[in-house]
Amino acid sequence: MSINSATSDDDTPDGGDESGGPDEVEARVGLRYTLKQVRQDTTARIGTYIVGFMTFVAVFAAFDYYVLDYAIAEAVLYNPETDPQNVRRLLPPVGMENQFGQGVLEHPLGTDHRGRDLLSRTIYGTRIAMTVGFLATAIGLGGGTVIGAVSGYYGGWIDDVLQRVTETIYAIPFLVLVIAFMTAFGRDLTFAMIGVGITAIPVFNRLIRSRVVSIREEDYVEAARAAGVKDRNIIFRHIIPNSFAPVLVQATLQVGVSILIVAGLSFLGFGAQPPTPSWGQMLSASRGYMLPAPTFSIFPGIAILITVIGFNILGDGLQDALDPRINN
Amino acid sequence: MSEPLLSVRDLKTQFFTEDGTVRAVDGISFDVHEGEIVGLVGESGAGKSVATSSILRLVDSPGEIVGGEIEFKGETIFGLEADDDGELRPRDEMLTENEMRKRIRGREIAIIFQDPMESLNPVFTVGGQLREFIEINRDLDPDEAKEEAIDMLREVGIPAPESRYDEYPHQFSGGMRQRVLIAMALACQPDLIIADEPTTALDVTVEGEILEMVTELQEKYDTSFIWVTHDMSVVAEICDRVNVMYLGEIIEQAEVDDLFYDTKHPYTSALLDSMPRPDRTVDELRPIEGVMPEAIDPPAGCRFHSRCPEAREVCREVHPEPRDLSEEGEPRHAAACVKHDAFDVGYDESPPIDTRAGGGFSAGLTETGGEAE
Repeated sequence: MSINSATSDDDTPDGGDESGGPDEVEARVGLRYTLKQVRQDTTARIGTYIVGFMTFVAVFAAFDYYVLDYAIAEAVLYNPETDPQNVRRLLPPVGMENQFGQGVLEHPLGTDHRGRDLLSRTIYGTRIAMTVGFLATAIGLGGGTVIGAVSGYYGGWIDDVLQRVTETIYAIPFLVLVIAFMTAFGRDLTFAMIGVGITAIPVFNRLIRSRVVSIREEDYVEAARAAGVKDRNIIFRHIIPNSFAPVLVQATLQVGVSILIVAGLSFLGFGAQPPTPSWGQMLSASRGYMLPAPTFSIFPGIAILITVIGFNILGDGLQDALDPRINN
Repeated sequence: MSEPLLSVRDLKTQFFTEDGTVRAVDGISFDVHEGEIVGLVGESGAGKSVATSSILRLVDSPGEIVGGEIEFKGETIFGLEADDDGELRPRDEMLTENEMRKRIRGREIAIIFQDPMESLNPVFTVGGQLREFIEINRDLDPDEAKEEAIDMLREVGIPAPESRYDEYPHQFSGGMRQRVLIAMALACQPDLIIADEPTTALDVTVEGEILEMVTELQEKYDTSFIWVTHDMSVVAEICDRVNVMYLGEIIEQAEVDDLFYDTKHPYTSALLDSMPRPDRTVDELRPIEGVMPEAIDPPAGCRFHSRCPEAREVCREVHPEPRDLSEEGEPRHAAACVKHDAFDVGYDESPPIDTRAGGGFSAGLTETGGEAE
């Protein structure tokens, strides 16, 4: 949703007819072109809707948490601490029944093993998942872009050193690496995020480097050098923008992957710690109640599933939309 | 004549490849004076482009300038000296990389590349790129730079520059883009513009328009040009003086009229014979036999002897340096061919080599093949 509104915002000032020039033709690169292609591609559009919806839910949760101090979620939130004697635990969704009791309207998706409302926890989990997904990807993207661009642009021994180091990171199974990292620095969500971000650096590094190596030889880079442009500006203004498309696709997929990995880590006890309402942590807590109260594990699972699928089809759609060989 | 604007002395640029050392530019010397268009002519692979990127010190690894001297307006762009151990090192007064970037490239010496299709960044608008170049090199603020950019676009004949300013390079035709590149080069008001085959990728009518425009602008701004080309007709059209290159060397150097009407080197004559001329009627054009030998292992003696119709035995042995052959009081006209009496190495007595017999396309290849030296 937020992405969609960005599209229309971006189009209004330029789509005008006042210029009179042949503005039918658009550049086959750049942000506006990307957004236009995405709108024309059905898969990418569905992905956009899912990701947009999840972003909206996450923003809603953040708004409720920071600005309204649980005011909205309070309606569905049952706080066991206020009523320790009368906790309604492991209730099923409304209209269903299990050995612990009948589903009630107050808790539309039921409650967990401490009597907390599943719907509000799932909504709050969206915020954590999206934050983790985007920040971990940002770390990987940022680190990988800088390393890959420097490595590809300068070549020589700089390239060798940087590539060997990142390959070493790549060679270690990432889960082992992240767990080792968290054991050393701390077991909470922040380090899970940083750890996953670091394991993503080699992926972006390789992608960027391969693009930089070919774009470095383009005449407009040579022309920029001959005009006295600084290396830094050449890399950031001339080379990286031309590597935009494949990186965007990879970054989108990486958000989904990061969410999945961090959920997995939380499930293993690394990452989000109770009582943080993260999906992975909720799944972890539900392990013991799978038979008597299956809905406890099903809803966070579905949330993870939908989010990751959303990012994956958005990524696939972007890939098709940005592939110059496919005419649609 | 006054001090030259740019003076290149014995410039040597080599590429160190796995197959051996490629002597792309092998000891060339030439001057460019103020307000003059100097041609650099030769076949593909003669070393023209390497020579021009050497002037801006833009030669990339594995290439390296290994010798010679480049001076521009009294400043040393490149120069070596021997230190106490006899090792060569850059001279102290040689401009640093930083000074090159800030003061010389773009500001004093601009370059126009061969392929206008590839020389503009596809991601940014034409105007944005032009403005960036002006901002970097002329210390203007963005608004002034934009105005200046639009003025320059108008100057090089782009219609409706205000609206074309916001368009992307792919919305421009080849000729238009070349005009934009020329605008970019001129916008920074450099003293010297290196034009590296700027019209080769364009068709002849557009080429004509561009040449006309360059001549006009050159008169207006009094900029000097080094015009790199393989096209003798372009040379005749715009150059004042010409350097003919063959296999990394300058083999003839003359004012443009002298070069065409009083040709001193067989290679230059061969080049001229291989193209139609309005002032001469021939039954058949005569192409130059064979291909240019590899610069990795150039032939001994005169480098052109393997393809030269006038080659004699002595050409295999004697390597001629260009010498001034002009009469007293005439402008300099140098050529590197031993057939002229000034060389006096016994050309007239030497038996001719039959280059045609052993000729064809293998003529240029030497026996040692790709062996390193």
